[in-house]
Amino acid sequence: MTDVPDDLSLEIHPASVPDYMQVPQMRELQLGRLRSTVRRAYLHVELYRRRMDELNVKPEDMHTLADVTRLPFTVKNDLRDTYPFGLFASPLQDVVRLHASSGTTGKPIVVAYTQHDLGVWTDAMVRTLSSCGLGCGDIIQNAYGYGLFTGGLGAHYGAEALGATVIPISGGNTDRQIMVMKDFNVTAICCTPTYFLHLLDRAADMGIDIRKLPLRVGVFGAEPWSDSMRHRIEAAGGIKAYDIYGLSEITGPGVGSECRCQAGLHVFEDHFYPEIIDPDSGRSLPEGEEGELVVTTLSKHAMPMLRYRTRDISAFVPGPCACGRTLRRIKRISRRSDDMVIIRGVNVFPSQVESALLAVEGTLPHYQILLTRQEGLDQMEIHVEVTPAVFSDKVGAIEKLQTKLAQSLYQTLGLRVDVRLVAPQTLKRSEGKAQRVVDRRLET
Amino acid sequence: MKIHQLSLFLENKPSQLMEPCRLLAESSIDIRTLTLADTEKFGILRLIVSNWEKASRLLQDAGYVVNVTEVVAVEVPDRPGGLAHLLGVFENTGTNIEYMYAFTFGRGETAVLIFRFDNPDAAIERLQAAGVNVVGSSEVYGRIEK
Repeated sequence: MTDVPDDLSLEIHPASVPDYMQVPQMRELQLGRLRSTVRRAYLHVELYRRRMDELNVKPEDMHTLADVTRLPFTVKNDLRDTYPFGLFASPLQDVVRLHASSGTTGKPIVVAYTQHDLGVWTDAMVRTLSSCGLGCGDIIQNAYGYGLFTGGLGAHYGAEALGATVIPISGGNTDRQIMVMKDFNVTAICCTPTYFLHLLDRAADMGIDIRKLPLRVGVFGAEPWSDSMRHRIEAAGGIKAYDIYGLSEITGPGVGSECRCQAGLHVFEDHFYPEIIDPDSGRSLPEGEEGELVVTTLSKHAMPMLRYRTRDISAFVPGPCACGRTLRRIKRISRRSDDMVIIRGVNVFPSQVESALLAVEGTLPHYQILLTRQEGLDQMEIHVEVTPAVFSDKVGAIEKLQTKLAQSLYQTLGLRVDVRLVAPQTLKRSEGKAQRVVDRRLET
Repeated sequence: MKIHQLSLFLENKPSQLMEPCRLLAESSIDIRTLTLADTEKFGILRLIVSNWEKASRLLQDAGYVVNVTEVVAVEVPDRPGGLAHLLGVFENTGTNIEYMYAFTFGRGETAVLIFRFDNPDAAIERLQAAGVNVVGSSEVYGRIEK
């Protein structure tokens, strides 16, 4: 029997009941699902079978949850290498949905869902939105992008199944977003936190005070955002701003969510088994210590993921949560283990910047990525040191170089970035890892 | 017959111009003349100095990226029409002048024009054929040491 706190018994959506499951029951459930997931992955996915055979690990070796550490890790490159359908554990005709990452270079990451998997995803999203205080009677404006990106449809299916009134407005066209928010008496918005700030600015320009609208909740994700940004959003918007977490490789949004306590994100661990590891050694870390989040799917059929390294840095938040949920919590993601940054919703790796610079100059100059926020929108500037090889006596030649670099970067990243040539020796050298990225956005 | 001009990349921010000048001053290197080409984001400082090799090494050691360009120095009468007459030598010849700047020694009736040509050797031939005084480096630098 699940032990539901009395004061919340009227507020809990039926789908949220597992959030309050007794821990021993949850562990038993997880172990059973782990065993069948590993079996499924081993039988149907060549990559997992090969790797497990190399380590001499069989599905039958999963006797306890601790045995998950005997399984090999899966990384993003594995999805690239098996593009498009190499990691599917279901035949294609059982796959009813395909999504892909928004990467603009090389091959995107492809993820797949059976009817059952869509049910799992929707379940996780219903619980996410419920955890953010939403329910039937709410009018939800879904401004996550609809399309190959998992954000839009993920939030949509969840909000609909929740019983809310859903406005599938997708991203962009801020003036219309504000008009809809006002005219349709929207009570909740789903979008990236920076987009919401942008929307607030625009509303201010239009003379509209968002605080006076019925809007009371923001469900924000897809990029890291600070506590100070949360306070700004809550004050300027008159709303509660919740952080949600997910990634396409696991399912999309719905892997974890804050609750009304806003003290860590509950992971829906009956579907997504979390671990925190040391990114260098791969060892599991004790509760409370910061490391890389690793997730194993427990319920998915089309694309089970075993010990997927998310490259996000977090830690388990120890102790019980005042909301009554027994689901383990993770700290808000503040940074990545691999220097990837998200700008205006686009993933950018320093390595991409490097290959763009290399393509123009033939050698790699010292560079730095500077991220700022201007009027609510992310701006990226690449500072490139002038080297003897490219320095010309002619102004025109240098300007041409600047243009070429900007073009090369646009082609590689799909983003317009500013290129600023800087004097040699001005970018800080460090003994260890170069500081490739200076991120000033969270300072605002 | 060509002069060695040094070019430095300068960012468009405070004290970028001061630093190299101070460095040269500290080593007693005299600047014969200079010009600063500017854009919104950066500038190129072009210098003719008394000892270009020493100056080049000094600036590079201090971390500057230094370009050395061969330019042509021409002496012309310092009176109206002096420049126009000179440019007439190149009219209709398809000679490309990248940039130019000028200075005087402060005495006498002549001025020195510094040209960057795409093809300096061809330009020198043309100038000399037209009787123009192409000035060598020893004269340009030499007049610095009174």
